[in-house]
Amino acid sequence: MDRTKAGLYFHIPFCQSKCPYCDFYSLTDKGLTEAYVNALCEEMKTFDRIGEFVKKDKKIPVDTVYFGGGTPSLLSPLQLERILASVRENFSLSEDAEITAECNPSSPFLGEFLQSAAENGVNRISLGMQSSSDNERKKLGRRGTASDVENAVKLVRASGIENISLDVMVGVPDSNTGTLKDSLDFVSFLGVPHISAYMLKIEEGTFYCKNIDKLNIPDEDETADMYLFMSDYLREKGYLHYEISNFGKEGFISRHNMKYWELAPYIGFGPSAHSFYGGKRFYFPRDINAFINGEKALFDGEGGDEEEKLMLSLRTYKGVSLEEKNKEFIKLTEKFVSQGLGEIRGGSFVLTPGGMLVSNSIILMLTEVI
Amino acid sequence: MKVKKEHIRNFSIIAHIDHGKSTLADRLLELTETVQKRDMQQQILDNMDIEKERGITIKARAVTLNYKANDGKTYELNLIDTPGHVDFNYEVSRSLAACEGAVLIVDATQGVEAQTLANTYLALDHDLELVPVVNKIDLPAADPDRVCADVEDIIGLDCSIAPRVSAKTGENVEEVLEKIVEYIPCPEGDDEAPFKALVFDSVYDNYKGVIVYVRVMDGTLRPGDTMKMMATGAQFTVVEVGRMGATSLQAASELKAGEVGYITASIKSVVDARVGDTVTRADVPASEPLPGYKKVNPMVFCGIYPADGADYESLREALEKLQLNDAALSFEPETSGALGFGFRCGFLGLLHLEIIQERLEREYDLDLVSTVPSVIYKVHLTDKTVVDIDNPTNYPDPAIIDFVEEPIADAHIYSPSEYVGTIMDLCQDRRGIFKNMDYISGDRVDIHYVLPVNEIIYDFFDALKTRTRGYASFDYELTGYEKSNLVKLDVLLNGDIIDALSYIIHSEKAYPRARKIAEKLKDNIPRQMFEIPVQIAIGGKVIARETIKAMRKDVLAKCYGGDITRKKKLLEKQKEGKKRMRQFGTVEVPQEAFMAILKLDGQD
Repeated sequence: MDRTKAGLYFHIPFCQSKCPYCDFYSLTDKGLTEAYVNALCEEMKTFDRIGEFVKKDKKIPVDTVYFGGGTPSLLSPLQLERILASVRENFSLSEDAEITAECNPSSPFLGEFLQSAAENGVNRISLGMQSSSDNERKKLGRRGTASDVENAVKLVRASGIENISLDVMVGVPDSNTGTLKDSLDFVSFLGVPHISAYMLKIEEGTFYCKNIDKLNIPDEDETADMYLFMSDYLREKGYLHYEISNFGKEGFISRHNMKYWELAPYIGFGPSAHSFYGGKRFYFPRDINAFINGEKALFDGEGGDEEEKLMLSLRTYKGVSLEEKNKEFIKLTEKFVSQGLGEIRGGSFVLTPGGMLVSNSIILMLTEVI
Repeated sequence: MKVKKEHIRNFSIIAHIDHGKSTLADRLLELTETVQKRDMQQQILDNMDIEKERGITIKARAVTLNYKANDGKTYELNLIDTPGHVDFNYEVSRSLAACEGAVLIVDATQGVEAQTLANTYLALDHDLELVPVVNKIDLPAADPDRVCADVEDIIGLDCSIAPRVSAKTGENVEEVLEKIVEYIPCPEGDDEAPFKALVFDSVYDNYKGVIVYVRVMDGTLRPGDTMKMMATGAQFTVVEVGRMGATSLQAASELKAGEVGYITASIKSVVDARVGDTVTRADVPASEPLPGYKKVNPMVFCGIYPADGADYESLREALEKLQLNDAALSFEPETSGALGFGFRCGFLGLLHLEIIQERLEREYDLDLVSTVPSVIYKVHLTDKTVVDIDNPTNYPDPAIIDFVEEPIADAHIYSPSEYVGTIMDLCQDRRGIFKNMDYISGDRVDIHYVLPVNEIIYDFFDALKTRTRGYASFDYELTGYEKSNLVKLDVLLNGDIIDALSYIIHSEKAYPRARKIAEKLKDNIPRQMFEIPVQIAIGGKVIARETIKAMRKDVLAKCYGGDITRKKKLLEKQKEGKKRMRQFGTVEVPQEAFMAILKLDGQD
């Protein structure tokens, strides 16, 4: 990882419809899209909003760009082109930069979007599949069916992009190890090189939160079993379980996501987007009008201390280096190893999948002796 | 020579809870202009927050009303307020001993209730003249004729003179004052005899020291005199004497026979001026004290621990301060393997316990963990010695116990007759022995049971209220000790005994209770990094077992677009939650687990 180069994140806060479990910031009214794209391009030019934290004296080197959402595939080809042109104009973008766009497999005009994306340098696509079971998809509020996902993968490949990620959700309503295996078999059949697999978390204020009792959500033990099954399954298929919720074949680890875990700099544009730059964390509030009207990013504290480093590095397959750690720390890691929650690999303490499942507790205990 | 003090009337107001005692007292204060209407807060006599919230009077207070009666004369009416709960019966009896009469309030919608009767009997024991008053006649459900018939039937009190009033609206309240003057005898006493006064309340004041509230029987006391407490022998120089206004004390030059007033004498603690003691003069002492003094002893005990060990000293200071004003509260330091340093505290009853806990938490801002309340068991050992055990932790090894006695109470439950079945079920379940049942009126019964005190101290009253939709009331009196088949339950978490959770219980109930405790702990202790066996044992024998499975999932899986702060905050929150748990060996136990065990009975 090249820590001298930054990642850029663009939040595209528009969706065709709101999924009942999701609490990311997005709007179903797309009326502001054009004004918003203008604001993004203007911000890259002026740094008016992030200027307190990022100086624009020379072009900042950048080697990853990520369009997240919301639903970036709702941008028109022209809008995407304008944003990427602005990136190239205002940043020093590496030749080999990883440029990802999240897409909804059911977005209208997906083919046109992908074609234009590829032409403008996008080289990685993340598709929100969540599940191959049409029953589960329905409960998750996902539009379309598994065959729409299959078609979407074909369209991505047709555009010339091979670096494809599929999202899978674990522990969703009505699911069990059997239905998860179906989803994983489907992913495996599609042959994509990367999978993001998130365990469902009930977020406050969502429809799921209000109706939790009616949802038939697998319990803690079932979900844990499903997670471990998935980790084994994907490892056997040649994927590296490189972060709590991410699996990738060799050469297909998401470079952008790794920036978050490895305390590399990143700048996020748009409402709810977060940044870490020059040792400071800052963010934009969840309000598209505030962003369009030029309101400035807000300070979110200093970042990068030892505790943060521990918390983030333990999420990944690289783990935390045991060099310069005190005796108590080492002793505690040994205890976790004896419980099967971690292992020592190349002088670092790394969590096993079982350890990842209880990583909060492990991190808390370790921060007490750091 | 004893003379009648024609212009004085000393009286109490007695009533069942919520029958309007404090409200009536307020109206009397207003009518006699003892307080100006604009100064009138609701229920002047109850000045503790908890009293106002619960609508009960915890400590007695007294106030002097000057009333110009229809006969044209002005009377000094001394109203001595009484506590309204069975836990404070002794204080009630001392207040009554200071009076010649009492106003008995009966709610026109409810009729005679448990405390109406209990207080009436207490008043009659003190030969008090009773003036019945029917209150709440403004309510639509009021039935004063029926209630009067009730009072005549049950208590045998002539209700033809009873004023029918609404303390709330003030309707007819003046009539109460007239009846007091007319029916309650004036006190008699000899101003020249050796000084003799009954302490019916004492309150600690930061500036004056203890304010001793007395009823003077004989003699005269002036500032500068040396007073002597006849039970404790303590002597003090009188600083001030006087009478009680509703909102302030009014100093006077002397206190004379028949009067009700206060004395201050730089007394440091209420322990030196206990309720029931007799004040006399050291130079010319009375030959004998007034009858009826007894030192009240705590009946219910529990360990009180600061949730944060660092608050131990603050807890001690708070208890000391509360004790300044509460001679019935006892405490001594104790140590628990599970809870660290804390205090074993003794209380008159469960209400007293709850009040003290609430005051510690509210007034002193302390976070507390309390152990299961216990009574005093008399444990007879095989070597013929007897030990008093108020803490399950100190319960001797069963091998050296010959037999155990537990305290027994005589209990009366007053209820509409439709609830007799469910009340008897409850009492049976609490090991009660049925004595008899009387119909006190057409549809009200007095059910008499003998009950072990340890069965009524946790939540008996709550259970009774639930079963009878609030219609039943309850009164009990400790009668003595009886042999009983008791065992101690120990709770083991991960193999370690948690002393604070030990429990003394009748052997017949041990098994179901043990299962319930195990289940509750399993439900209330969060899963941890390893499996935790929960065992309940008698001696070395495990009689119930559960397992808290190891935690499987505790992870922030989602990636919030690099929002690391959010992850950090979630972890911080988890850290805070951890702090509120008690570490027992390797196991972390949240406060809720303790509470769940305390509340077990409610779900039986």
